[in-house]
Amino acid sequence: MSRFQKILRGVVLFIGAVAFLFPFYYMIIGSLQTAPDPTIAGAFPNPSNITGENYTAINDRINLFQGLLNSGIFTGGVLLGTLVFGVLVGYALAVLQWRGRGVTFALALLVQVVPFQLLMVPLYVLIARDYGLSDNYLGMILPFAINSTAVIIFRQYFLQLPKELFEAARIDGAGEFAVLRRIALPLVRPALITVVLLTFIGPWNEFLWPFLITKEAGLQPLAVSLANYISNVAATAANPFGATLAGAAVLAGPVVILFIVFQRYFISTDIGSGVKG
Amino acid sequence: MTTLIENPPRPVGRARRILGRNPLGLLFSAPYLIFVIAVFAYPLIYSIWISFHDFFFTAPGFEADRPFVGLTNYLTAFQDPAVIRSFGNVGIFLLINVPLTVVLSLLLASGLNRIVHFRTFLRVAYYVPYVTASVAVVAIWLFLFNGDGLVNTVLGPLAPDPSWLINSTWAMPTIAFFVTWKQLGFYILLYLAALQGIPKELYESASTDGAGPIRSFFSVTVPGVRPATVLVLLVSTVTGANLFTEPYLLTGGGGPDGASASPVLIMYQKGLQQGQPDVAAAIGVVLVVLVLVVALLQNRFAGGRD
Repeated sequence: MSRFQKILRGVVLFIGAVAFLFPFYYMIIGSLQTAPDPTIAGAFPNPSNITGENYTAINDRINLFQGLLNSGIFTGGVLLGTLVFGVLVGYALAVLQWRGRGVTFALALLVQVVPFQLLMVPLYVLIARDYGLSDNYLGMILPFAINSTAVIIFRQYFLQLPKELFEAARIDGAGEFAVLRRIALPLVRPALITVVLLTFIGPWNEFLWPFLITKEAGLQPLAVSLANYISNVAATAANPFGATLAGAAVLAGPVVILFIVFQRYFISTDIGSGVKG
Repeated sequence: MTTLIENPPRPVGRARRILGRNPLGLLFSAPYLIFVIAVFAYPLIYSIWISFHDFFFTAPGFEADRPFVGLTNYLTAFQDPAVIRSFGNVGIFLLINVPLTVVLSLLLASGLNRIVHFRTFLRVAYYVPYVTASVAVVAIWLFLFNGDGLVNTVLGPLAPDPSWLINSTWAMPTIAFFVTWKQLGFYILLYLAALQGIPKELYESASTDGAGPIRSFFSVTVPGVRPATVLVLLVSTVTGANLFTEPYLLTGGGGPDGASASPVLIMYQKGLQQGQPDVAAAIGVVLVVLVLVVALLQNRFAGGRD
């Protein structure tokens, strides 16, 4: 490849990256404007048109703190379920010999291609109607409680550990649970971070399910209350775009920051293997 | 010696013979298995059952008579032109989104794979839309693509009238472009993983044989990432068929006049808003069968012989 082609490639990738990031930059700019400025000049910060009022305005309509807290509880529940039960099943799939292991592994792969649209109606009937779990954190968490991609990633990591380690601990009289907790788990710490990142973005960003299951505003995750604001309330606000973009910035902020800080754990090979098996 | 250590001499009980060498594995996996049965397997079967019965919502604990009605729900669903239209809409969506996704993510991934400077910055830039909530990015696109938004300001007289999201020709393609942009990072990630698996020697020998960068892209890269391409096709098709948030928010509930309504949006309206879960379940079953057919065809034509 010639030097010219290399430079061309770099320039194309760089322009692409700017196109991917620009809407986020524009979100911040728009959320700080007193009056929405859709002209080209409006894409640059203008000291005379800067305000924090949009953040106050959106906070008056939807309680941002409560929304963040609800998103946090929803996401936290899913993370807890995935880390506790996902580690257990990942370990069982990689290290232990038991009947049904192959079937369980196949299920973990299959579940990832089951489209949610087919499950929407029956899950709503079961969770909201039969179990009475609408407007309830448990009902929100249940369909996402154990992330199957995480199970596969745990299995991949446990498979890479040398078998001799486990045998040695067992000979020393350690029970299987102690082997998992004291020997296997500390060795797969990078996998834990990858799994937390990957699992986090699911429930934090999820809209359809919590939207179906929560009607009470005080229980809605931020994604749902912001969506309700966009579809119902925005029309009556003084600066609807400013307020909506302020809400969007609050919703996007935690994930984007978390992702940038831990981006080196968002590694292509791990996640690729998790999805492919 | 190894065999001795792996199989310490101990009485082999019946349980061990039935459950395998470490029955504990089953215990460790039990919560996950229960989860899969409760949240995936049972609802999947239940959904098909609902679609063949006269099903309506009742108060918790109330036992209602739900007679078998054969294909009635399917007929009700597909005699509604809005349902037919939503399937057509998702077809338009997939025709734009899937090829664009495959081409762009493969090109960008192979570029990113070779780049030396600003590697981290560039990768993060492409992943950010994928990790951000749809609801948040929808808000930005609403601002960018509205009647007098920045996009139309830049385009000037070239801007469509009525504007993108309220234009019945442009609403669905705009959503397709939005989803392509939003999800591309994930597919770039998959292709980057696949590119690691192509031996460097293949590129070296291609270049020795006089192949330029374009030739070696088509003769080495494209066949080398074929399994990933099959996966990208499958995942983007399933994601596209699941389309809900974008038509619900970007085009205010599938507007204008149903031009961007997706089947899942119709399922939500019919099943949960109008109290016809049986009709919604029937639409869901048809949608999934169609997705399976499309996936099988893709696998047949893109998957090669492996």
